[in-house]
Amino acid sequence: MNLIDTPNLADHDGFYAELLAKHRGLTDAESQALNAQLILILANHIGDRQVLSDALTLAHKDIA
Amino acid sequence: MPYDYQPFPFVPPPGLTAPETRHKVLIIGAGPIGLAMALELANYDIPSVVLDDNNVVSVGSRAICWSKRALEVLDRIGVGERCVEKGVTWKVGRTHHRDDEVFNFDLLPEEGHKMPAFINLQQYYVEQYLVEAVQENPLVDLRFKNKVTNIGQNADFADVEIETPDGNYSLEAEFVIACDGAKSPSRDILGLDFDGELFEERFLIADIEMQGKTPSERWFWFEPTFHPGQSALLHKQPDNIYRIDLQLGWDTDPEEERKPENVIPRIEKVVGHSDFTLDWVSVYTFQCRRLRDFVHNRVIFAGDSAHIVSPFGARGGNSGLQDVDALGWRLAAVLNGQSPAEMLQDYNTERTYGADENLLNSSRATKFMTPSDGVERLFRDQVLALAAKAPFARSWVNSGRLSVPCVYPNEGADDAALPGVSRPGSVAPDAPLGDGWLSNALGGRMVVLSLGCKLPEIDGAESLSPEITDAIRARYLKDAPSAVYLIRPDQVVAARWPYADPAAISKTIATLWRQVK
Repeated sequence: MNLIDTPNLADHDGFYAELLAKHRGLTDAESQALNAQLILILANHIGDRQVLSDALTLAHKDIA
Repeated sequence: MPYDYQPFPFVPPPGLTAPETRHKVLIIGAGPIGLAMALELANYDIPSVVLDDNNVVSVGSRAICWSKRALEVLDRIGVGERCVEKGVTWKVGRTHHRDDEVFNFDLLPEEGHKMPAFINLQQYYVEQYLVEAVQENPLVDLRFKNKVTNIGQNADFADVEIETPDGNYSLEAEFVIACDGAKSPSRDILGLDFDGELFEERFLIADIEMQGKTPSERWFWFEPTFHPGQSALLHKQPDNIYRIDLQLGWDTDPEEERKPENVIPRIEKVVGHSDFTLDWVSVYTFQCRRLRDFVHNRVIFAGDSAHIVSPFGARGGNSGLQDVDALGWRLAAVLNGQSPAEMLQDYNTERTYGADENLLNSSRATKFMTPSDGVERLFRDQVLALAAKAPFARSWVNSGRLSVPCVYPNEGADDAALPGVSRPGSVAPDAPLGDGWLSNALGGRMVVLSLGCKLPEIDGAESLSPEITDAIRARYLKDAPSAVYLIRPDQVVAARWPYADPAAISKTIATLWRQVK
């Protein structure tokens, strides 16, 4: 698996706070839209098809 | 054994019968910060009067987690070793979601530091040790049952009105340091208010006495089955006393929740039995707020009177001791005529910066623990769910980011080849030194630490050229053949150079004392 699942982001607390700050004041539908666009932007940036499949598998696991 | 509270006697102060001559420093509040402040000033030969409206140490454990840096400050004023000896040294924290452990951390302090990463010790012990040290110190005049009712500001002194059981009197002092806690009456007297956030959440905090062997670890739970939907924290203290923090929810009635018949069943669920006694209970609402400025002419704020944070991360008492650290040498220099009063603005700049870092970390932890409905809760819950599946998410689980000293923004000379851990603005890292410790050889005065090079005597600084051990090399040299560090009286690195440059060192020393324009 090429997906990095160990800590790999400096200032992850800062990113988390910024992410939630961007959602502040949005309706549920707007928040969903923000999340969806963010996923697509990040997927394009990652640009590795296998990594994206691994990420999808990890996220899907135990959810349903 | 529960703590035996001994009231301190009220001694009628001289000011009740005849006016006292103007004092140098008057400290309001004999909590850990006020007492430490008095001892720190005494280290610089500055006498002080400490006033407290009460006559007993902290009731309840209150501040219990003392960080490495706080212990180093306590060590400089003579009580650090006693605190470590009595305290519970811990380094492992376990974080649970529902009934499973999702993440644990080991603070694993590297070898070669005098003080551990953290100890747990009830605030009443720290205060008791500080009171005992103060009572042995001829430079500190500690007065219990002396309540400040007014503070007047003048150009070069403050006048303070005081109420005692035997009547009222007044005192004058060149400076007043308000260390009178989160509800600071001094702040009200000066008409000052806090800026920042109030969290709509209540936590119940209890001390219980319980026999048995549990590891010296910090245990935190998100949504445990014994306390559905909320969070809980268990911490071990000396004397078989355990501290339990339980999130209650905003809609609960604090008076109702603190009743033993409501507290005991909750704690039975945490510890799994009823073989304990309840020692102290309190209900808290958390705030993350601070004064805009900590220096107001002749009145200086330090500790909770200046800034308050939620307790997850142990950034309250520890940051107050860092205020003491940053203020003592500067105020002593102003009172001795060595530096102008503007020197106190450097205290304000550094400690408001430190307070902001603490407020940021504490607010984030509090938000993670008590997310609002909607996206905040969605992401919080999914971080916890992911933590069970992927290691990276465990580091996003936030039950408090533990107190470490901030690195002050610093314009001192630096050299990129030297280690990051000792860069200007950082506390000089400890290391073994002969039979003792570097931390005990630094502090109280300017020190020039020269490694691998010779340096002429520098006016206004003491030279130290220790043997280059592995620890000194790792923390101060890395691959560099030589280095020179200028270390402030509060043990913070002011500047460093790859080689000896006496003119630059002298200029930096003058700048630190604000002796150059």
